[in-house]
Order: sequence, then C-alpha cells, then structure tokens
Amino acid sequence: MSGHVDTAPFEQPASFAFTPENLEKAKGYIAKYPPGRQASAVLWLLYLAQDQHDGWVPRAAMDHIGGILSMPPVRVYEVASFYTMFNLKPVGRHYLQICTTTPCWLRGSDQVVDACKKKLGIGIGETTPDKKFTLLEVECLGACVNAPVIQVNNKDFYEDLDAASTEALIDALSRGEAPPKGSVTGRQTSAPVGGPTTLTEIK
Amino acid sequence: MPKLTINGIEVEVPAGATVLQACQQAGVEVPHFCYHERLTIAGNCRMCLVEQEKAPKPIAACAMPVAENMVIHTDSERAKKARKGVMEFLLINHPLDCPICDQGGECDLQDQAMAYGFDRGRYQENKRAVKDKDFGPLVETSMNRCIHCTRCVRFIGDVAGVADLGGIGRGENMEIDTFIGQALGSELSANIIDLCPVGALTSKPYAFTARPWELRKTESIDVLDAVGSNIRIDSRGPAVLRILPRLHEDVNEEWISDKTRFACDGLTKRRLDRPYLRRAGKLAETTWQDAFAMIATRLKGVAGDRMAAIAGDLADAEAMFALKELMASLGSANIDCRQDGAALDGSNRAGYLFNTTIAGIEKADAVVLIGTNPRLEAAIINARLRKRYLQGGFRVGAFGPKLDLTFPVTSLGDGPQDLVARATEFLKDAKNPMVIVGQGALRRKDGGAILAAARDLAVRDGWNGFNVLHLAASRVAGLDMGFVPGANGRDVEGILAGCEKGEIDFVYLLGADEIDTKRLGSAFVVYQGHHGDKGAARADVVLPGSAYTEKDAIYVNTEGRVQLARRATFPPGDAREDWAILRALSGSLGKALPYDTLAALRTKLTQAYPTFGAIDQVPHAAWGSFGKAGTIDAAAFVYPVTDFYHTDSISRASPTMDACLAARMETDARKTGTHG
Repeated sequence: MSGHVDTAPFEQPASFAFTPENLEKAKGYIAKYPPGRQASAVLWLLYLAQDQHDGWVPRAAMDHIGGILSMPPVRVYEVASFYTMFNLKPVGRHYLQICTTTPCWLRGSDQVVDACKKKLGIGIGETTPDKKFTLLEVECLGACVNAPVIQVNNKDFYEDLDAASTEALIDALSRGEAPPKGSVTGRQTSAPVGGPTTLTEIK
Repeated sequence: MPKLTINGIEVEVPAGATVLQACQQAGVEVPHFCYHERLTIAGNCRMCLVEQEKAPKPIAACAMPVAENMVIHTDSERAKKARKGVMEFLLINHPLDCPICDQGGECDLQDQAMAYGFDRGRYQENKRAVKDKDFGPLVETSMNRCIHCTRCVRFIGDVAGVADLGGIGRGENMEIDTFIGQALGSELSANIIDLCPVGALTSKPYAFTARPWELRKTESIDVLDAVGSNIRIDSRGPAVLRILPRLHEDVNEEWISDKTRFACDGLTKRRLDRPYLRRAGKLAETTWQDAFAMIATRLKGVAGDRMAAIAGDLADAEAMFALKELMASLGSANIDCRQDGAALDGSNRAGYLFNTTIAGIEKADAVVLIGTNPRLEAAIINARLRKRYLQGGFRVGAFGPKLDLTFPVTSLGDGPQDLVARATEFLKDAKNPMVIVGQGALRRKDGGAILAAARDLAVRDGWNGFNVLHLAASRVAGLDMGFVPGANGRDVEGILAGCEKGEIDFVYLLGADEIDTKRLGSAFVVYQGHHGDKGAARADVVLPGSAYTEKDAIYVNTEGRVQLARRATFPPGDAREDWAILRALSGSLGKALPYDTLAALRTKLTQAYPTFGAIDQVPHAAWGSFGKAGTIDAAAFVYPVTDFYHTDSISRASPTMDACLAARMETDARKTGTHG
C-alpha cells in the first residue's frame, strides 16, 4: 500500500527553453499529427526536454511544452507524472535502470543489483551524494536474450552482466568513459553465447 | 431512434444516448459516481455496471451508446454482483470516517454503500494515505476520501474553463491536484464541492458547522449579480449557514458563482440592526418612532423638487415601488435606480433586457461584447458562453481591453471606434448573432449613442440578439416600474449635482451605496438598508432593512425574468422588511400608502406593471426605438467590475470574499513573477 512520502525539496529552474536543434526536432514531431491535434506530440516533447535537461523534466519545461502545444500546463503534468519514464526530480548524471523481470532475474539480476548497491552505497531509487549515479529497478527492457541488462541514461544498453562486469561498468562510467554498448562479454549482438551454432558453413 | 429493453421495459431514446440515459428515461435507477449529465463522460468509477444480453461481461452504462434491440438488465444477479464488487474495491481505500466527515448525510458513497456495500471489510492491508491539498479559501480537501471520479477535474477544465486541476500520478498513486499548489483560479470553483460524490472536497467556510438534516431549506434567488441564479438557502435558527444552487435549466443550470455561494457570511457582519440618528455629527441608536419623527420634521415644508430618492443595486421590487409611490405623493420626480448613471431609459423594455435569454445563447453562432467582461460581471452567463463555444461554430468578438474569458476572443478594438462597421463585419455571416452591451459602455457619457448604435447589429427575422448585461439585481425591476426621473426630474448625476449646489435638501437612499456620498453635500440623507456601508456612513437617519435572505421579495433578472426570493431567516434586531418600513414611514408622514400587506402591494404593482405578474417567465418584449443619437467617443472602455469578490454591501462585508481576493492576488502575483 502506498502512502504519501515527503521528499527532500529541490530547486526548480526558473525557466526552460528548447535549444534551437531540439526546437527543430520538436517541430518535426508536431508535424506528424494533424493540425489541432498537436497535443499528441506531448510525449515526444517531454522526452526531448528530459534529454536536454540532465535526465529530468523540470516544471518550467512542462509549462514550456504546454505553451508550444497550446495545452493547459496541468494536462502536461498529468502525462509526465503518469509515465514512470519521466523523472520529475533531479537524477544523477548516470541514470542506471536495472531490469529485474523474470528472464533477467533468472540470469542473475539480483547479483547485478547487489553489485550496484555495494559499489555505489545507495539503495534502489536513490542518488549518490556526488549526484553521479541514480539507481532504479525497472520492468522488462526487452533485451531478455542478453539478460541481465542495465540501461544507462535512457538509451545505452549494457548486457550479459554479472557482479564483476557491473562493477567494472560503474568504474568506467565514474571515470567519465563511455564503455562500448551492448554485450559486455563481447558476444555479437544476440548471437548464441558460444558463438554461432547454425549457418556455420557460410563464411 | 433506437429501441431497447431495460428490465423488460421497452424504451425509445435518441441515437447517441447512453444506456444510463435510457435507464433514467425508463425510470430505472442506476448507481453511479463519475457520471454527471453536464460533464464529459469518463467511465472510470465502474459503479454503473449493468448486464447486457449477449455481451461477455457487464458494461459501464454511462459510457455505452445505445444500439437497436439492446436488452439490458440492471437488477440481475450478475449486475448486482458486479456493483458489489466495485463498491468493495472503492471502499478498500476509502476511510471509514463518516462520523467526522462533512459530507455525511448527503454523500453518494454513503448512500450507495447502504445498497451495495458489504457489511465488513475483507482487506487487512493499510489504506492509502494522501496528503491534503490547498485549493484556496473555499474548497477544503480530504484527499484520503477521494475515489478518483474526476468530476472536479472535468468541471474545472470544461465548464469553468481554467484547467487548474488534474489527475497527477497513476494507478494507486493518482492524486487530484493542481500540481503547483495554488488556489483554483475560477469564479465557479466551489461547484466542485457539490459535484464531489464523497467528502474529499467540502466547503471550507462551512466546515463542521452543521449536518444537512439540521438545516431549514428555503428556495430563493441570488441577488449579488443580475443573473438571478436559483439558490437554496440552508439556515439554522437565525443564521444562514450556506447557499447551494438550485436547478434551473434556463438560468444557472446547476452552477452558482463563488460569490453567490459564499458571500452569505457577510449577512452577519456590519449589519444595521436598529435605527440610528445623527446627533452632533455621530450616529446614535434611536427608536423607529424618533427616526420617523425626525424625517417628518425635516421633510416639512420641503418642496417636491428639493427632495430625491435613489434605489440601490440590491433593492427589491416591492420596496422600490413603495418608495416610488411615496415620492410621487410627496410631489417629487427626482427618483433614479441607475446609481452608475447607465444610459438606459425605461421607455422600451427590449432596450434594456438580455433579449436572447441565457438559454438562448446556445442557439447563437457569434457574439460581440461591448464594454463588458462577463466572466466577472456574470460568471454564470460566461459559463453559458463557454458551453456554447465548446459546442463549436461560435465566434466571440469584443470591444474593450484584452480579456481572458476562458475561450478565445477576437479583439475588435479597445474602445468603440468604428463600432457599427466592425461589429457588422464580424457578424455578417452569422445566422443568430448576439451583441452584449455591458455597463462599461452604458455608464459612459456616450452610453446612449453606443446603445443606439448597438440596437440593430444583431437583429434578424425572428431572432433578437440585442442584449444588455446588467450588474445590479434591482435594475431591471426599477426600469420596469419606471423608477427613473419623471417630468423635469433629476437623475443620479442631477441629484448629486443638486446636492452640491444646495438645490436638494432631502435624499432618500434605498440601499444605495455605489454613489459618491461625498457629493451629497449638506442634504439631509435617509439611508434604508441592511449593511453599514458607504451610504449608512453618510446618512443622517439610518433605517435598518432586510437582506435578500430575510424577505419575501420580487427580483427581475437581466433577462426580464421575474423571480421570487423567499425569507429564510428573520432580519436581525429591530430591522424590518423594506416595503413595510416605507409603508410605516408613509403613515407617519401623513401620506399613507394604500396597502397593508405584501400581497396587496404586489396586487397594486402587478396592476400598474403587468410584467411583474408573470413569475419565472421571459415574456417577449416588443421591439422599439431606444438609445439616442450622438457621437461616440473613441476612448477605451473601462470594465465596471475589477474585483469580482466585492461588488456590493453584502460581499464587501464577507470575510470569505476577502480571503478569496487575497488568494487570487497571490496567484496573479505568482503568475506575473512579482511574488515575494
């Protein structure tokens, strides 16, 4: 059962505006919908805003989007608060989403979660004091064949993880590196673990 | 029209109706929470589940359109079981705090739980806890009780048109909130208290005051604007505790403005409860006899043209009629009911009415507003304009500074420059055009010319689109009975100018507070009214009258609809009904008015002016000439109402209205970034 939890106050930026490139992109998204139905682009624009604003959507951004799409601000708040994929408060620079749904869990996502907790010293849903990492447990990310999986900053997948490789990943991220995306064991996309088992005669 | 069978009853309903509406037509009650006939359909409470033959599962009656040959069962075992299940789910998180809940006794959930509830809970888990919200000084929240019907969200967004509320979060974490924690920015916001089917939104000023079964309910009329909203006054003993809307499709539907609802606490503040006499510059308590004797002494030997009477905005028709007759018997033609100097003469009834009628707005396809801000001047009429706008194919143009009316408005200029040309152009394709002339236009020096210019803009064959929007509840009645200067009489401006020059010795103010009392000069002023406002402060004799909740009285709204206000409580102290005061005064002046009962007065009034006999009707007013030719000044219009919450002596005395104004100013300051 849920209860209201008072969260620590955080600072909302006074204003927000899309960068010229993002504004162009936004116009492109809006153009996908018929005139008068531009509010349909709200998810796209929220996603753009989140991407532009360090992984979270401040209220000023929602107001800005409401203005662009001529919808009352509260309708934007409703959408943004409905989808768990939008963060309405600040998150760390590296936003780690660990999949713990059945296939990942069977393949050892518990070890991955524990490694993260141990390495970062924070629990699920928390942010490190240096604001570098935020840890989140999510449902299926759709990469079951390469389970377990961590998604970083809403876009990069790191796959076939175990405790050691998770710690290595965190180390690399905290050093400011961008490790190669995909399987950390070096497997080719989602090919079988030991290498190809069919079509081997084709060279 | 599709035919369907409901519980064995065959009904035929219009295509597009819902199963729930068909059930209502068949006289079958279907329990529901989220459905409301004046709001959009949400279909989220699931309480209206009914069984439809050949459907795999129960259907939500409120959201299912009817189809030919549907067979519906509302009281089958399956339908009942479905409802019981829904009720059990709704009660999982609803607290069992009915004994301390203000909604108790008038709660839909409580009533329906009696019919469909289970007699014990089967859930061991904790109920969810939701933080209460701050929706401003009118709406108290207790969000644990919310069942997420979203009626309030739909009302505020659709009917009130300010879209301040939303359902924030999802699933079990959904909360009804403004998200940014500000007061609701609507003049109609408190209607969500009535709409809330549970005790989540209750009245803040009325909190923990009474239980509904303790209250005496009196059906009456609101007088704080000229709409004449139908209200129910709930009182206990001598106090009016709350005011609720009463259904009237042609006037207020089932909404009332926040002022109508909550200014009633002004009825107990700053009241005049006994006669006062000015002695040595200070008002001192006195008796009725002494007050009347003083008036008789001061009137002795005063010629008719040196006395005058002004009727205020809250005066009832009977009192104005009595005052008019009294002044006539004293030989004075200096009477006026247009405190603001509006350029309306009573010569042609259609020239000062809202001829289209409020319900008629829904037939119009374009409107031009001239010097009026209906959102503040008549919030209910603005809601009707918005309703028409939402139906589509409705254009709004306005002469006057920029307005936020909750729907798009095309500006036709800040002032009346090129009024006829621009309005004609705007309305040229409209079949049923309207013009609404506001007091912002009529109280100007060129008001008569604007009235004449607006006369023919929106008149078509069989359609009268000429409308005057009044602010004062007394105004139409006053004009109907000719409470305007007689031959060679002075109007309000003339009376005040006369006072300044010493040409008027005696002024009778019947609740007139909206005049510049400094200009009354050295005239002897009698103030008859119910609140110690500007008029009473200047008066030499104060006669305590009754407020609109304390008398049986006739009021005529801006449409020309004659309506009856009824007494809910008695006036305080020595105060009396207004017509009776005038009758008694006339006796002590030796000019006794020829009626001893209210019924006799009404008979006389109706004989003299037959329109007063047609209760709750809008008789067709004959079209004629009105207004006067003249040049129109291009200066920008000034809207007469800037502070919605304080427009008359009752609302000015109301602490709740003060709190509303403070909350609104804070919200506005935050919006413009000047806060803190």
